[in-house]
Amino acid sequence: MKHILSVLVENKPGVLARVAGLFSRRGFNIDSLAVGITENPDVSRMTITVDAEEHPIEQVTKQLHKLINVIKITDLDAEKTVARELALLKVKSDAKTRAEVMQLAKIFRAQILDVSRKTITIEITGTFEKIDALEQLLQPHGVVEIVRTGRIAIERGEK
Amino acid sequence: MKGSEAIIESLKAAGVEVVFGLPGGMVIPLYDALYDSDLKHFLVRHEQGAAHMADGYARATGRTGVCIATSGPGATNLVTGIANAYMDSTPMVAITGQARSDLIGTDAFQEADITGITEPIVKHSYLIKNPNDISRIFKEAFYIASTGRPGPVLIDIPADMQLAEIDYRPAGKIDLPGYKPTLKGHKKQIISAAKAIAAAEKPVFYAGGGMIIAGAEKELLAIAKLMKIPVTTTLMGLGCFPEDNDLSLGMLGMHGTGYANYAVTHSDLLIGVGARFDDRVTGKLETFARHAKKIHIDMDPAEISKNIAIDIPIVGDAKDVLAGILAELKAMKREPKKTAPWLDQVIAWKKKHPLHYKDEKGSIMPQFVIEEVNRITKSNAILCTDVGQHQMWSALFYTHTKPRHWISSGGLGTMGFGFPAAIGAKVGCPDKTVIDIAGDGSFQMNIQELATAVCYDIPVVVCILNNGFLGMVRQWQELFWSKRYSETAISCQPDFAAVAEAYGALGMTITKKKDVGDAIRTAIKSKRPAVLDFRVKPEENVFPMVPAGKSIDEMIGGHKT
Repeated sequence: MKHILSVLVENKPGVLARVAGLFSRRGFNIDSLAVGITENPDVSRMTITVDAEEHPIEQVTKQLHKLINVIKITDLDAEKTVARELALLKVKSDAKTRAEVMQLAKIFRAQILDVSRKTITIEITGTFEKIDALEQLLQPHGVVEIVRTGRIAIERGEK
Repeated sequence: MKGSEAIIESLKAAGVEVVFGLPGGMVIPLYDALYDSDLKHFLVRHEQGAAHMADGYARATGRTGVCIATSGPGATNLVTGIANAYMDSTPMVAITGQARSDLIGTDAFQEADITGITEPIVKHSYLIKNPNDISRIFKEAFYIASTGRPGPVLIDIPADMQLAEIDYRPAGKIDLPGYKPTLKGHKKQIISAAKAIAAAEKPVFYAGGGMIIAGAEKELLAIAKLMKIPVTTTLMGLGCFPEDNDLSLGMLGMHGTGYANYAVTHSDLLIGVGARFDDRVTGKLETFARHAKKIHIDMDPAEISKNIAIDIPIVGDAKDVLAGILAELKAMKREPKKTAPWLDQVIAWKKKHPLHYKDEKGSIMPQFVIEEVNRITKSNAILCTDVGQHQMWSALFYTHTKPRHWISSGGLGTMGFGFPAAIGAKVGCPDKTVIDIAGDGSFQMNIQELATAVCYDIPVVVCILNNGFLGMVRQWQELFWSKRYSETAISCQPDFAAVAEAYGALGMTITKKKDVGDAIRTAIKSKRPAVLDFRVKPEENVFPMVPAGKSIDEMIGGHKT
């Protein structure tokens, strides 16, 4: 089961290493990790996606809490959460296929960032699944490179 | 003021009186400031010794131990000592020098990423990048090390930070938004626990090292007496409940007493306090206390339900929580007689499966040496050990009655811990008799600290149970590996008494049973550092023993035949 942990940490040197080290030490693979500052410049938010059973996620959450620089951890409930990821895809495309690729991008409400004679670079924002879907459709054209940010997420509603 | 002087001021502000360490290139400024201060510094012969001394000092006194090493190899030599303190939750502040901040990351001379290396084995660590942070960082470090579940904190200080001229200001209020240990137990949980205790017919207390840290022995004794509940302790918990009390079951687990292991297995309520359901205690997890409802009181929420599902978890300080439970129980209608048949059963187990060893004519039995130490010191000494057979015999055949009188490497199981820890304990408690029980294998891992003990005249008595083997591994090889003693026979040993004399300590070799008591008495009376080399029976085993992966009631050996 995938979990999205939203972790508020003090914006101090070494915090990322401590958090990442803890996951690997306790035998977890991090699927994706996104870090950025919050509305408070002293505090950063890490959004960590991990694949885990219920029990071990509890243990790793408790261990995370023990890190002095970790302020708050929320195990986001998928149903009450909006999660997004941003990806940049460089796709092979020449004059013959350009229109088709651009059409696909349009369907997905993706932006065209760059066009060269042989490639098109597309920016897409959306759920993990949406990005995967576009990638699948573009595969026959030849995907040269994909860069993904990793998931970020926020709870719905007023909280 | 220089950064190095600010470090000294910060140490004094934290109430530090003694430090253990060894200078080197990147801590010369710090040692220069130390030169003018009234802090008492003990120069060790190996940095590992400094870390273990700080650890032993902390466990004996309850105060935070401090050790200092230089950058690179000095810092890496502390690593085992820091890991040991982490596993056994000892409050410690380790100070390391570091290459100049402009050289960090360039593989400079004696540069090692010590905050990176120690990351998994510290409670927290700091690399000082601004000398004006010194007083704040030291205040935080001591606060973190000594509160909540204690542990080691490392402060890495580049040489230029020590040299910098700063405007020293004492640290202000501590502001750590991510660190707020829960001290008070949840009232509702305390009431649930009290009700479960009052309802239990076969309750057992299972008390660990957290009891000693919390200083909760009076509360434990009061509840045990009020409700007539037997108490077993872990290796780390020895001394938190007086073993001369009828309700004591001694230690449980892999080398626990038969009656402790039977009582836990057959209990209907297990009350774990400051213990962490470690694999050496539980044996096979599925069968551990399988009939029992489980209460777990611990400072560290991550320990609750880590290994075993808990029915009534209570996060908080053991002293506070036990006091709360005691108050509830006193206010409750209760029948202490309810546990009477259970206590009869426990007494029957005690009679049927007492701790036992077979005396052999012409040999000094290792257990006998421990019994003699117990008799001569009237169970009043601070006893330190390394890891292995000598440790288990010391746990089993000595009567542990007081907290902070048993200093042993529990979680990490470090050979070479006991002797420097004993030196640290004696520094902290100069009026106590401090005995280090060692193995002939482990003593050599920090034998060089004899120089420290002699130089500062720290009269610790080392009793080597010399069996010419790495004994515990040999025991496993005997029992589970067809007696194939691969690399465990270490009969090629130095003359320990002569080594001790060469260092300027008292050295004695004891080969006859009748001389054991006199040797111990002479060593204690001499008020000198002393090494007693007891030539004990070589192939004696520690029993009872629960083979790895078995249920703790499936013990082998140790029964009277």
